[in-house]
Amino acid sequence: MTITAQNDKHSWRKFKSGLVSFICIACAVATVAPLALVFVHLLQEGFSAVNWDFFTKIPKPPGESGGGMANAIVGTFTLLVLASIIGIPIGVLGGVYLSEYGTRRVNWVLRFFADILNGVPSIVWGVVAYAAIVVVPPKGFSAYAGGAALGFMMVPLIMRTTEEVLLLVPNGYREAALALGISQWKTTLQIVVRSAMKGIVTGVLIALARISGETAPLLFTALGNSHWNRNLHDPIAALPLQIFNFAISPYEDQQHQAWAGALVLVTVAFLVNIFVRALTRGKAV
Amino acid sequence: MTTANPELPEVDTSAADEAQPLLPAPSVYGDRLFRWLTAGMACTLIVLIGLIGWELWHGSEAARHQFGFKFLTSSQWNPVEENFGALPFIFGTLVSSLIALIIAVPLSIGTAVYLTEMAPLWIRQPLISLIEMLAAIPSVILGLWGIFVMVPFLRDGPYQWLEDTFGEHVGLFAGPVYGVGMLSGGIIIAVMILPIITSVSREILRSVPNLQREGAYALGATRWEVTRIAVLSYAKKGLFGAVILGLGRALGETMAVTMVIGNRPEIAKSLLAPGYTLASVLANEFAEASGKLYVPALIEIGLVLFGVTIAVNLIAQLLLKSFGGNTPSRAS
Repeated sequence: MTITAQNDKHSWRKFKSGLVSFICIACAVATVAPLALVFVHLLQEGFSAVNWDFFTKIPKPPGESGGGMANAIVGTFTLLVLASIIGIPIGVLGGVYLSEYGTRRVNWVLRFFADILNGVPSIVWGVVAYAAIVVVPPKGFSAYAGGAALGFMMVPLIMRTTEEVLLLVPNGYREAALALGISQWKTTLQIVVRSAMKGIVTGVLIALARISGETAPLLFTALGNSHWNRNLHDPIAALPLQIFNFAISPYEDQQHQAWAGALVLVTVAFLVNIFVRALTRGKAV
Repeated sequence: MTTANPELPEVDTSAADEAQPLLPAPSVYGDRLFRWLTAGMACTLIVLIGLIGWELWHGSEAARHQFGFKFLTSSQWNPVEENFGALPFIFGTLVSSLIALIIAVPLSIGTAVYLTEMAPLWIRQPLISLIEMLAAIPSVILGLWGIFVMVPFLRDGPYQWLEDTFGEHVGLFAGPVYGVGMLSGGIIIAVMILPIITSVSREILRSVPNLQREGAYALGATRWEVTRIAVLSYAKKGLFGAVILGLGRALGETMAVTMVIGNRPEIAKSLLAPGYTLASVLANEFAEASGKLYVPALIEIGLVLFGVTIAVNLIAQLLLKSFGGNTPSRAS
């Protein structure tokens, strides 16, 4: 009697455990499901709209069919270059400080600030770039303002990853170089940074992939442009902006173009990810 | 040296001093310069925080003087009469984020538990990669999918059913059904914050010492009992931090929400009715805003959003850091 009762209790506990395992599997499936759904539709809708014109022509006026997003693709690359000019030097050198020079307490504070900055909503960066650049003479929406907004966002991202990979460089490298009488800054640049180069490049690429899809900071800085940008003081088109504008447009042709743009943007982001994975196969340093 | 150790024989060092060193002594200026250069770059973080705070505070001055505290409690949003109150946006941001948390927290913690406690090893890495890929989808693309796939599906199926079944008696599901609305906004935010809560929770669970688990197994606990008693209760604080971090992201989520929430500055009782969030009003109206008070009012909305997300992130970081965090240590 008692044995069967115990057995019952035990099998109830085992059942409960199995049930929870099942629920957790269901959770995992539900978490990944949106990815699959988005992909299926991206491929379905995007493939039919991507063609040669998409990469070589600029958008047609609303209502007319045809045209492409060549200016937006070039615009996105221009903005990424501008952002890199701000983000990469500040991020990498700041990361060097955190890893090579900073004291424990200073580092704690700086890391804390970096983590806080990573949590600032991207739209707020747009407002800040607007207030700091767009309304200051020479007034106006410009590629510079958009690039700056994206560049600011890159700084904490790159600083954190750079610090992390530099910390993986064995201390023996530093000691050996210093023992040879090489000054510390040369040791840092030529030995430490160089041996962690792969990891740093990885961090930079991940940051670029992440900001390449950002729309919110560009809405009122780069603004968008349906023609080619001839001057960086003028508004410039960007792929995510164009996707947004076409997605909420009533014209079916523009909606197709939005899907095509989305497919291109996601494909580029994933190619970067795959490249990074190939680069870091084995170890980061 | 010699005075400190009088018993040591005195060594004549003059010869060594005169000998030419093999390499010229490294200049200290290069070191100093480089050190200050990197320190300056690192301090950019603090400058950036200051820049955000100052620009938002300064830019919203006119609106703050004009409306004072009423800005947060008034539900007027009238650009024509230049009368602004942010309450509908604050309401929309809070409600949509709350819906997102209700959906995302159980799913992501369940996934994290599966990943650390249950999944066979060969499944873990691919699943983690998939979650990273979900995190890599830009917000605007999720919004595109939301407009053309998710909203029509929800409108014709689940929302219609909710309205038919509960609409008359439960205010939360009262019609009419537009498809876009608060609930759609919450769902899309949930998708956006799933990856971050999952990956941070996973880090937290992984940092639970294995001794905890072994101890519980040794007492004859089943897998679920081990997870509950030894893992989850140990990691409570850290998991809470992960959830708060997700809340911080949810509050600031912009593009995808803007595309599916309906963008109507109203405080509606029904979850199926259109709403508006702080971030989406910025996204929709900022570029076209003009007038003495319109732009400052929008910047003040940015200030509110910044203040709230900073506070939430601060709490999250403190919780995560006090749990042990994942601060890397120098490899030797």
